[in-house]
Amino acid sequence: MIEVERAGRSFTHRRKAGVLRRERHVVHAVRDLTFSVAPGEFVGYLGPNGAGKSTTIKMLTGILTPTTGRVRVAGLDPSRRRTALARRIGVVFGQRTTLWWDLPLRDSFELVRHLYNVDQGDFRRRLAELEELLDLGSFLHIPVRQLSLGQRMRGDLAAALLHAPSVLVLDEPTIGLDVVSKAALRAFLRELNAERGTTVLLTTHDLGDVERLCSRVMVIDHGRLSFDGTLGDLRATAPEESSIEDVVARLYTGGG
Amino acid sequence: MPPRETVFQLYLRIALYGFRKHSTYRAAALAGAFTNTVFGILRAYVLIALWEARPGLGGYDVVDAVTFCFLSQAAIGPMQMFGGSLDLARRVRSGDVAIDLMRPASLQLWSLADDLGRAFYLLLVRSVPPTLIGAALFGLTAPQTVWRWPEFGASFALGLLTSFGWRYLIALSACWIDDDRGVQALSGVLMSFFSGMILPLTIFPGWLGAVAQATPWAAMVQVPVDVYLGTRGLWEALAFQGAWAAALLALGALATAGARRKVVIQGG
Ligand SMILES: Nc1ncnc2c1ncn2[C@@H]1O[C@H](COP(=O)(O)OP(=O)(O)O)[C@@H](O)[C@H]1O
Ligand SMILES: [Mg+2]
Repeated sequence: MIEVERAGRSFTHRRKAGVLRRERHVVHAVRDLTFSVAPGEFVGYLGPNGAGKSTTIKMLTGILTPTTGRVRVAGLDPSRRRTALARRIGVVFGQRTTLWWDLPLRDSFELVRHLYNVDQGDFRRRLAELEELLDLGSFLHIPVRQLSLGQRMRGDLAAALLHAPSVLVLDEPTIGLDVVSKAALRAFLRELNAERGTTVLLTTHDLGDVERLCSRVMVIDHGRLSFDGTLGDLRATAPEESSIEDVVARLYTGGG
Repeated sequence: MPPRETVFQLYLRIALYGFRKHSTYRAAALAGAFTNTVFGILRAYVLIALWEARPGLGGYDVVDAVTFCFLSQAAIGPMQMFGGSLDLARRVRSGDVAIDLMRPASLQLWSLADDLGRAFYLLLVRSVPPTLIGAALFGLTAPQTVWRWPEFGASFALGLLTSFGWRYLIALSACWIDDDRGVQALSGVLMSFFSGMILPLTIFPGWLGAVAQATPWAAMVQVPVDVYLGTRGLWEALAFQGAWAAALLALGALATAGARRKVVIQGG
């Protein structure tokens, strides 16, 4: 479903280094990344701040082209087949919203229906389902700017799923959510993956998300995969009684 | 590719949402309508004084000049004649534009539909009432024939398109210019002066007048008002506006492709 082959992505930063001189320096956000995700997997994508997680996700969704290597999602080259890919992938950025700020949540959904050309009957059925699973009913008619973060996040998630994508990519969706909202989101994602078989790739700093959801974990550090395996394999990298936090912290600091 | 009809429905809905979005800021629109009316009245007195001193200036009589004043006031909201920027500029600065570019839709048509929805709302709230008040207080030039209404409508609509085409370019310039406040301010000055908002362009003699009347900003206010007053040939006016609208929209399409390349290849 997702294939990443020796993908790299660098950025050129220019900064003033004197009155006239400008220094160029290259940041390798992702280097030589290789992995693949099979249909139906639920993969956690971990790494410290600045490790290259968001950059990877941007390459998967076609927002960025890789500078080296190859990326395929649902058989398509994301940055070249943006429109075709958009119909098969759902994306949620925890720090941004795709919803219309000033309008009721329901209006954003209606727009998604037109944007992805979703059949009216399918749309009604999916919305009813999402409404129930994500408990949207009480705020469908409220302008997005008045929603709590947890409500907005559920709205964003629903908007990303109304066209029934086969892959869902989430960049820190639980950031800033309280425990209740987190639990609701997790329950929903688990169900989505188990019942519908939707492939999910999730970045998070919340190890609770990983423990409760992910069958497989990848850890990226300085743009390279430093771990790829099951949750059990991950635990096995550290002494027995370590908490999952300790296990991951060991990997981040290169002690694993 | 989805059928054409569905694509049309999408942009129609975006226009409807643009309308609705702005109608949630009713207080701001009413305050705008009030300001437009007050400034319209003040401007009218200035122009009356000027035309009483120089009758027939720029080919207008005093009633034409007052009509010019209120019709140009009516353009302020819908065409954002003081350089009000598109929401897109903010989205470029915040990086949210990456999300917009990812959608299976044209960023330019999307923004256009949204802006036309906004323009239509402001036309109802900020353009029509001040003009009616101006007509009641001063008496405005009546259209010479019934056809003048659709002719003025077409010219005003082309003015809206030209205004959008210009503001879209200004908004996208934020992709290449780190601090776009200077560009925004310059745009405001160009739009308000060269459109005829400050003074009708027909009163400027010689090359300044000729240059001013050839600019895209003239296509926004001066030309539609002249079409209403009957002081400019209809087809010449529409062709002039259509050419500018097409040119700016074509540049906008190029700029959109450039912005996409910049975001996708250089990383914003
Ligand atoms: N558009 C960009 N331009 C320049 N540098 C960038 C850009 N996006 C990311 N980077 C750099 O790439 C590195 C990885 O960033 P990112 O993928 O956002 O990390 P993460 O999401 O894991 O925190 C960082 O050093 C960041 O500064
Ligand atoms: Mg990130």
